[in-house]
Amino acid sequence: MGSDQMHLQGAPFLKAENAGLYEPAGSQSMGIAAERSTRQNQELIAAIPYFQEWRRAASGIKDYAIGNLDKLLVEFEKNITARGAVVHWAETAEEANRIVLQIAQEHNVKTVVKAKSMVSEEMELNHAFASAGIRALETDLGEYLVQLAGQRPTHIVTPALHLSAEDVGRLFADKLGEPYTAEHRELTAIARRHLREEFVKADMGMSGCNFGIADTGTFVVVENEGNAGLSTAAPPIHVALMGIEKVLPSIHYLPQFLNVLARSGTGQKLTTYTHLFHGATPGRKLHIVIIDNGRTKILADPKARMSLFCIRCGACLNACPVYRRVGGWAYGWVYPGPIGAVIVPQMVGLEQAGKLPFASSLCGACNEVCPVKIDIPHQLVHLRHRAVNERSPMNLWTERLLWQAWSWMFRGRRRYKLAMAVVKMGIRIAPFLPWHPDKLGAWTRGRELPEIPPQGSFRRWWRTTGANLKPADRNTP
Amino acid sequence: MIQPIHSSSGPGDYPTYEPGETVALFIPCYIDQFFPQIGEATARLLTRYGIPLAYPDEQTCCGQPAFNSGYWEEARGVIHHFCKAFEPYKWIVSPSGSCTAMCRVFFEQVDPDERIVGVGRRVFELTEFLVNVLGVTDTGARFPHKVTMHSGCHGRRELGILQQPLALLQNIREIDYRELPNIEECCGFGGTFSVKMPGTSLAMGKSKVENIVKTGADVVTSVDISCLMHIGGMLRRDKATRHIRCMHIAELLVQE
Repeated sequence: MGSDQMHLQGAPFLKAENAGLYEPAGSQSMGIAAERSTRQNQELIAAIPYFQEWRRAASGIKDYAIGNLDKLLVEFEKNITARGAVVHWAETAEEANRIVLQIAQEHNVKTVVKAKSMVSEEMELNHAFASAGIRALETDLGEYLVQLAGQRPTHIVTPALHLSAEDVGRLFADKLGEPYTAEHRELTAIARRHLREEFVKADMGMSGCNFGIADTGTFVVVENEGNAGLSTAAPPIHVALMGIEKVLPSIHYLPQFLNVLARSGTGQKLTTYTHLFHGATPGRKLHIVIIDNGRTKILADPKARMSLFCIRCGACLNACPVYRRVGGWAYGWVYPGPIGAVIVPQMVGLEQAGKLPFASSLCGACNEVCPVKIDIPHQLVHLRHRAVNERSPMNLWTERLLWQAWSWMFRGRRRYKLAMAVVKMGIRIAPFLPWHPDKLGAWTRGRELPEIPPQGSFRRWWRTTGANLKPADRNTP
Repeated sequence: MIQPIHSSSGPGDYPTYEPGETVALFIPCYIDQFFPQIGEATARLLTRYGIPLAYPDEQTCCGQPAFNSGYWEEARGVIHHFCKAFEPYKWIVSPSGSCTAMCRVFFEQVDPDERIVGVGRRVFELTEFLVNVLGVTDTGARFPHKVTMHSGCHGRRELGILQQPLALLQNIREIDYRELPNIEECCGFGGTFSVKMPGTSLAMGKSKVENIVKTGADVVTSVDISCLMHIGGMLRRDKATRHIRCMHIAELLVQE
């Protein structure tokens, strides 16, 4: 994870909050696309009167599953092993990479086709493959584009949200030698032509895992492009990556999640393909790597545990006004947006990502759209509390001192009046200052300061007038 | 129009107000100091309904700035001070959705003590007190202007306050109410967020201002003047939008 952490520190959000964030960091189309997606999803959801019931049910099932991970994961392993799969356990990303590379090397794999998997992004698996001399190709269209461009995904569901059709046309001309076009249909045809050959040639296929079902030993992959089906069926070996939080107790609960996942993620009633893998296909190999990589750290904090409910639908990213403006890269790691600001600091440590929980106005749009009802804004405040008390870039004695002074000032009427008199004086002289330092400058960069009311404070009015107001001579309606 | 999907305390579970019961005014610090006319309007409005008012002079702040910044220990002292000032009162009403949400929803996080949580739960936002507790949807006000409403996120998402101010506004005589496009998106204020991440905050504010301009309104109102402090600060920065006034809903509801 070494290179990730370096990347994390270089992220604009974490480095300089002021720089480059006034205007959207990605293309403007990104914010518009995210907004449109939220609107479509909300319209779709509004048409279902019992959608809130579905959310509650899904949240309750996740609550049970996360509370019983130890039993359910073992049950999942037992049942899918009985169906011919080989289950591997990895505590860290490095360990997971080692396992995957070992499988590849044992079978003399030269080329790998990959369906979309956020865990593989966490692991930086493509780098691991490259350094082992193995060619790994992303086959999800968005991931394919991002890989061709040498970039990282900006979104967990729609990785190339920041690229316009023109960008893609230029990318194909540049990297694939295709004649330039910005026509969607033609661009798709180009990608399809290039990818088709790869599926047939590949020695190994990889996928993520949306749900691992304990009672039947089944795992589920949802997708829209057919690439996951081809990646997992064409090559002789299928390796699936699964985070420990993906387990569900029973296949009976699957429809609940399929109902909310696509609607919240891509605004579809159901994804085009829903693959249920009931163990290994005879004559082919199936490996499942179950990965922790920091998830048990989240499990250890009861107040934050709920963030493990996440089914990676991306709805909170689309709904987030901050994400809409700064894009996915600004968050500096694999998981951006509100859910990223909650899980990343816990997975990689507050020392690395302690600033992320502050990248929110706490508006709560994320919570409103979350299909499993994760209380994201409350989790963010909880993590802020941890960030200023534990080892993190937000634990600053200067700021602590400031809040202590604030707290003292606001614990008495006279002190409060004195503090407010100072603030007002500051506002009065601000226009005459040659420059505005720190937080004052941050405010006046694009806003006027409030005007000082000539009549004085409310409490003064109350003393002179308010306290003598007579309640009208009528009863309450 | 959007519906409040999630609220910690939805309509329906409001206690009954018995005539003659005293209501304590919680006038948040920035209203006390920078917008006293809002406190005044709140007091005049409630007095009209025959409600005896009290203003606990010891009150300062609900502790939200420190709480949202992660400094819960520092917030705790201020919250205790708040509760000491308001403990004697059965009813506490505040002209702020955000501060009310702090009291009602978040006191519990900082101090689960029954007395502290109890005081917090007795705080009501002005429009929800009018509509849900008193059953008032028409204050008899007249305000012949083009008005749009900004919906503060804390009040709407934590307390489910949206329909109350809308109902009150739409019953104002001669008002020309213009619905704000994309009303559900945050204006970018977010308390300390506005100065911790000013770039993002201003980018969000810019969209809000553009939408306000689209409505053609001369007045922007809200149950939260804190958002309007940020939005109004941006409106006044630009010559083209300087004429658009920011007014708290209480100021509109007392116009005669």
